[in-house]
Amino acid sequence: MRHLLSTRDLSRDEAIHVLDVAENMADVATREVKKLPTLRGRTVVNLFFEDSTRTRISFEAAAKRLSADVINFSAKGSSVSKGESLKDTAQTLEAMGADGVVLRHPASGAPHVLAESGWIDAAIVNAGDGTHEHPTQALLDAFTIRRRLHGGTQRSSDGAAAHGTARGRDLDGVSVVIVGDILHSRVARSNVWLLTTLGAAVTLVAPPTLVPIGIDTWPVDVCFSLDEAIDTVRPDVVMMLRIQAERMSAAFFPNTREYGRVWGLDDARTARLAPDSMVMHPGPMNRGLEISAAAADSARSTVLEQVANGVSVRMAVLYLLLAGQGEGL
Amino acid sequence: MSAHEHDYVIRGASLVDGERTDIRIADGRIAELGTALSAAGATAIDADGLLALPGLVDLHVHLREPGFEQSETVLTGTRAAAAGGFTAVFAMANTSPVADTAGVVEQVEALGRRAGYATVRPIGAVSVGLAGERLAELGAMATSRAGVRVFSDDGHCVSDALLMRRALEYVKSFDGVIAQHAQEPRLTIGASMNESALSGELGIPGWPAVAEESIIARDVLLAEHVGSRLHICHVSTAGSVEVLRWAKARGIDVTAEVTPHHLLLTEDLVAGYDARYKVNPPLRSSEDVLALRAGLADGTIDIVATDHAPHPAEAKDCEWGAAAFGMVGLESALSVVQAAVVDSGQLDWADVARVLSYTPARIGRLSGHGVPLAVGAPANLALYDPTASRPFDVSRLAGKGTNSPYLDRTLPGSVRATFHRGYPTVLNATPLAEETVSASAEHADRAAGTRGTE
Ligand SMILES: [Zn+2]
Repeated sequence: MRHLLSTRDLSRDEAIHVLDVAENMADVATREVKKLPTLRGRTVVNLFFEDSTRTRISFEAAAKRLSADVINFSAKGSSVSKGESLKDTAQTLEAMGADGVVLRHPASGAPHVLAESGWIDAAIVNAGDGTHEHPTQALLDAFTIRRRLHGGTQRSSDGAAAHGTARGRDLDGVSVVIVGDILHSRVARSNVWLLTTLGAAVTLVAPPTLVPIGIDTWPVDVCFSLDEAIDTVRPDVVMMLRIQAERMSAAFFPNTREYGRVWGLDDARTARLAPDSMVMHPGPMNRGLEISAAAADSARSTVLEQVANGVSVRMAVLYLLLAGQGEGL
Repeated sequence: MSAHEHDYVIRGASLVDGERTDIRIADGRIAELGTALSAAGATAIDADGLLALPGLVDLHVHLREPGFEQSETVLTGTRAAAAGGFTAVFAMANTSPVADTAGVVEQVEALGRRAGYATVRPIGAVSVGLAGERLAELGAMATSRAGVRVFSDDGHCVSDALLMRRALEYVKSFDGVIAQHAQEPRLTIGASMNESALSGELGIPGWPAVAEESIIARDVLLAEHVGSRLHICHVSTAGSVEVLRWAKARGIDVTAEVTPHHLLLTEDLVAGYDARYKVNPPLRSSEDVLALRAGLADGTIDIVATDHAPHPAEAKDCEWGAAAFGMVGLESALSVVQAAVVDSGQLDWADVARVLSYTPARIGRLSGHGVPLAVGAPANLALYDPTASRPFDVSRLAGKGTNSPYLDRTLPGSVRATFHRGYPTVLNATPLAEETVSASAEHADRAAGTRGTE
């Protein structure tokens, strides 16, 4: 892997390998010393053209646990017309000797352009580009699902590790319902490609206005009713996407009340889910809109695991991109 | 100096009907056709194996001057035109200031006259400042020295139905035409590629075909209602071709153009987020491309126009979302048309003369251009070698813009020479120096008894 630009490019074996390496990284987090020397002397730049404190600190923690030097470069508001261009920024980072660039950008495809431009030699990690993809989010979601289903590493009080059976596993036979603004969601796109590559059956649920044209070419089922999806799919996983209230003004739906009533995961719908099913959310949540407080805080909810797993998965990605080939852990 | 100093004899060219002939050019006109013409006192040009086409006429270019001279000037844009075999171009109004007054259109016309690479006919804005609210001074532009007959807010759609109706009606008094950039603005907010399965996958806001087709449908009905002449810019979808076919069958006075790039390129090219392929209207599906070719072949689409849209390098050397829309097209137009519809057998060279010369001149009410090569006709012509096939590279670009989607693509054909008003603007496939061309233009003006420009 030279860059991580999209989950579309990942084969099943590659994806499973990333998740397995992430298991090793999760083990590190349970040690007394939570740090590996692997990326000592390497420089990782978090280049954020868009605010996202959560994603940035997750990457920052991941890089630091691998002993990399981390530079945070917030270039919000930059564009060709006002301020510094992506090209100028990239060339600056190249001159500074960046080995890896974690890029968050409001323009779809910006990481592709950076990776193919020749402006910079560094490995590029897509940390969310416009309405295109957010591959590390999908990887951490897949990791979270796999761990819940098959168990990760458990550590007993004497420090001995007892490995679960997650390693090497795919998601064959797992049913996932993704609910919300599919049209504008990079999380949904990355999850569709990754989860289906891993063998999961994915159903997208949204108002018809928030389903992209041409969805029939995606390897998914589409359903306009959350109630119907819950009752017919009997999902193992319900993934709720954040809905943005400003979509109302563009007539995607009448108002948040109606949206919540029809497409929100309220208490009644949560109660109809199978007992061992999972409720996921990439955060930040609009409690009471797309997800009820009870659903978000229930034992089904993986929200906090997702945050913790995010660091492990991002460590795995940085490790695989930046550590020399063939180096073990 | 001999009296024939400015005469040329072109040896052994083929006309579009296949007839082989020599061509004597004297006093700005085609003086003689036939075999074994005497070249005494004239400059002989070997055109063995070359096609002699009437000088091409482009109804849709962006020359960027005044206001955006870092992208293109009238001089550099018309030099690109000459390199592509064009002898006349219609310059769109989205300059700064906008070409919405007699003063601006006269300035653009004069810049073209002075540069001499091609005849420049300014297009006047339909609305003041292209704002789509109030009619610009259409009459003043029509009666100005620029003699404007084509009006367009290109870049913007005249989306207000009432303003469009009034514009269509108003230009009847001077035989004008409204050239509509058909794009329903509300359906295309933020849109930058064809709306399709691919746009959904790439996460790029989609520009749906219906945004073009619905405006064309509305406007052909408006043109029918008020009995006016309507032209549709850069038709890009199969549905638009259907609407136009219906309108023409109904007798509505509508003409339409297609760009070379919409005849050859498809949306798949956008998958790598390479901003050279960002253009408005966007590249469409292969089904659309095939429908456009068929529409051009059966006359539903009347002409090919380039929508030549030069930009500085930094406007394309960036992420997709920040990049400017548009491609340069003048230098590559003939080669792309050959690749898309001539080599496939859908158009012959006589058709090419029709869609790239005769008909655009007629739509724009431009005299002296777009007429068959015949004795007495103005000597506007291009010599084209249709056999050469080679990679298209920056050396073929003669304007300021390098935002061509064809760089490193192999294209057939090459323009070897262009004559404008009897003097060469391109020889040996290379545009002549600007001093040479402007001196020739001045000489042609004097010879024609017209007042040279100040
Ligand atoms: Zn246009």
